[in-house]
Amino acid sequence: MSLPIDFIVLALVVICGIVAISVKDLMAAAIVFSAYSFLMCLSWAVMGAVDVAFTEATVGAGVSTVFCVAAVFHSTRRTKD
Amino acid sequence: MKITGLLTVIICGALLTYYAMDFPDFGDGRSPANTYLSPHFLENTMHDAHVPNSVTTILADYRGYDTMYETTVVLTAGLACFFLLRRKESTSPPARFFRHVPTGLTLRIEEGGKLPAENSKVFTRIDSLWAPDSLIIRNTCRLIIAFVQLFALYVVAHGHYSPGGGFQGGVLLGSSIILFSISNDLRRTLKRFREKTAAVLGAIGVLIYSGTGFVCLLMGAHFLNYEALSPLLGLKTGDPMARSHGIFSVEIGVAFAVMSVMIWIYYNLSSAGKHDEGL
Repeated sequence: MSLPIDFIVLALVVICGIVAISVKDLMAAAIVFSAYSFLMCLSWAVMGAVDVAFTEATVGAGVSTVFCVAAVFHSTRRTKD
Repeated sequence: MKITGLLTVIICGALLTYYAMDFPDFGDGRSPANTYLSPHFLENTMHDAHVPNSVTTILADYRGYDTMYETTVVLTAGLACFFLLRRKESTSPPARFFRHVPTGLTLRIEEGGKLPAENSKVFTRIDSLWAPDSLIIRNTCRLIIAFVQLFALYVVAHGHYSPGGGFQGGVLLGSSIILFSISNDLRRTLKRFREKTAAVLGAIGVLIYSGTGFVCLLMGAHFLNYEALSPLLGLKTGDPMARSHGIFSVEIGVAFAVMSVMIWIYYNLSSAGKHDEGL
């Protein structure tokens, strides 16, 4: 029963990963990266590693996104390449 | 250059996938990790440390030495941000912005102009970069922050029984301060939680962790062997609760270190080291 959820989450993780490195807007990249972290958190939770999921949700989806956004505020919003 | 990068990524990814196929399957009962190591930890955590959540026992007791250096790595990250970004002299921006509170007008005062008093009730300084003034955001965050902090304390204290522990609770505590800084401004946050406090608390957190280990050493046991703490806690020798309390004291150290380092990194990153105008 948990197999389809696994596949959906993993497919979304891959999509988020590709989108995060391909968007031109760095703020959008930070937000998509946060979504990626949150999906990874879901994936850990599905696998039963609740402690890891909690850490991923707080550090990956929470604080590191704030750091990314704060860094984007002090640099250019759009990438050069 | 792009094609070379793509080729490197594809080759590395193919090699990783190829070798990952040799790994034991997820949840394979016959894999080396699951034959003796995991069952040993799962069966003995209650007997050894009286902690139902085996992850906490592994992290803070069986692998305590490892976690001590993880905490040190977090502190080092904060120090690295400090040394890279912090500027000693605060270079004031050419123009400062003030909001006239009764009317909501924004004033732009050029360099050399007469600035309002520092503790003026009528004029409040606002950031030049990004200064939304939303009553809803400020009051909602004011309400939420207290509950975030309460939940963080619960996560730290209840890490023995439920998912969580020092790292997660510390990050939650830190993010509550960051939330205050985002919903108000950096200068007001710095008045409540100064940079020096963050630096000292981070070091104190690591000191609590290693200090627990040294107390064990002084009591005649190995470094971070919490069993030796039982006479200090008024417990019988060999009582598993000694290890439980040892884990708790270590978790408090981790929470202190992680909380203040998160805030410290945020201060330096959001204001580009100037600690004047932030996100």
